[in-house]
Amino acid sequence: MQATEMSIFAKVKPQAPLLSVKGLSKRYGTRIGCTDVAFDLWPGEVLGIVGESGSGKSTLLSCLAGHLAPDTGEVVFATASGPRDTLRMTEPERRRLARTDWAFVHQNPRDGLRMGVTAGGNVGERLMAVGARNYGSIRDAATDWLGRVEIDASRIDDRPSAFSGGMQQRLQIARNLVTGPRLVFMDEPTGGLDVSVQARLLDLLRGLVREMGLSAIIVTHDLAVVRLLADRLMVMKSGHVVEQGLTDQVLDDPQHAYTQLLVSSVLQV
Amino acid sequence: MTDQSYNFAYLDEQTKRMIRRAILKGVAVPGYQVPFASREMPMPYGWGTGGVQVTAACLVPEDVLKVIDQGADDTTNAVSIRKFFQRTAGVATTEATAEATVIQTRHRIPEQALTAGQILVYQVPIPEPLRFLEPRETETRKMHSLEEYGLMHVKLYEDIARHGSIATAYAYPVRVEGRYVMDPSPIPKFDNPKLSDSPALQLFGAGREQRIYALPPFTRVVSLDFDDHPFDPSKAPHDCDLCGAAESYLDEVITDDAGSRMFVCSDTDFCRSRREAGHVGRLGETAGGGA
Repeated sequence: MQATEMSIFAKVKPQAPLLSVKGLSKRYGTRIGCTDVAFDLWPGEVLGIVGESGSGKSTLLSCLAGHLAPDTGEVVFATASGPRDTLRMTEPERRRLARTDWAFVHQNPRDGLRMGVTAGGNVGERLMAVGARNYGSIRDAATDWLGRVEIDASRIDDRPSAFSGGMQQRLQIARNLVTGPRLVFMDEPTGGLDVSVQARLLDLLRGLVREMGLSAIIVTHDLAVVRLLADRLMVMKSGHVVEQGLTDQVLDDPQHAYTQLLVSSVLQV
Repeated sequence: MTDQSYNFAYLDEQTKRMIRRAILKGVAVPGYQVPFASREMPMPYGWGTGGVQVTAACLVPEDVLKVIDQGADDTTNAVSIRKFFQRTAGVATTEATAEATVIQTRHRIPEQALTAGQILVYQVPIPEPLRFLEPRETETRKMHSLEEYGLMHVKLYEDIARHGSIATAYAYPVRVEGRYVMDPSPIPKFDNPKLSDSPALQLFGAGREQRIYALPPFTRVVSLDFDDHPFDPSKAPHDCDLCGAAESYLDEVITDDAGSRMFVCSDTDFCRSRREAGHVGRLGETAGGGA
């Protein structure tokens, strides 16, 4: 199958960025979604995007992941066969990329899971979509992944509707990572979870990202999340990127007025 | 006798032309669901409105029509559709599979092998095999056009996870010529192997869903499965109690409230012709008088 072309084992030259975004803009009529965004994401790097509600974070993420068509700009991804502008790809190519090299973790696990299908089926779906046709090995992979996201193997034949919110989110992560993607998009992965569950999920995510050498783009409004996970940080306001740099540098020494406001408004316990 | 107030075979010529066009397209792209402007028919949806329209578009006055419902020629659905075409088209009808040129069927493929020149018309309730996994029509169409059929195996995976084996016993999904995944209408999976390489033309009509699809003669049709759970065209492990046939699909009939039961061929024409040829099953002698 053509899947080999987008193989997870692709050798990417370390001197080339995994994802290179240039001049990306999306407008909703006269209003700005996000405008003139440019950045490079290097293999193994985690990029955090923070900003208040309506600042264009989710619009940007949807444009990057191909869910929305931006008005201008390019998103060049280092596929196994060389850098390709994903916005100029044909739809079959882009969808194949989305289920092999990419993964998308939704804020609400109900958007990313099939609620009528068992946990095992949910994890196995991406494997079957890339051609796995052996029940035993699909089941083994599903069991393995449930273990890695700390879901008991005895729950493999339960439906996600019987799971708690935190478990659903972990199941969604397992389902996305099972094919070994190289780039993961996450839209507020910890939103809607209580703090202790959040902490466990973040711990798990950090482990998986480091262990698998994933690159990730994480959209969130929670500065604690980016402090823990992200190597680099982008701060957005009204569709513009107002500041970007190393996470610790931006959070500890914010330059832009809005970033200063954002950092100072975090509640302390 | 033909009722003169209707056009031949009930539908007007323009409608038949539109349906024939959809059929031709379906034949040209085996397994692809062709939309067509389904008409209201004088019967409720679920009773074969799609099949009747396809049959009406195929019939010519020289045709010999056979109609079966679950294999039987004498059940309500079969009798009323046969009468309908007797009245509106005046075509000859038969119960013998070999004599028929057009066979409309609900939920079975006749046991007797079909021959070149015959047309088998299926009544289809839900033509979309992916429907229960992906409710959005826009999405399923895209999945068909991009050949994204991983989801179909999720259904089979769920079967094995829940029941230990692929428990789907009817409407078992098939892949046509390595391209389109198709719902073969609710025929038992026992009949799936007969879909493949058949010398007859097979047409599928879904009236409510307004879709027609087709398998031209000698089309390769493969039932989906897993490497370690291969497709198994199962049937009840019995012989027919009337005609003794070991290789036909059986209906289970409860005969009293004390647990007695008998297994009989679901294809009544097949069973009758075997009994006429002298085959007798376990209960054949006693039941033979009445049947």
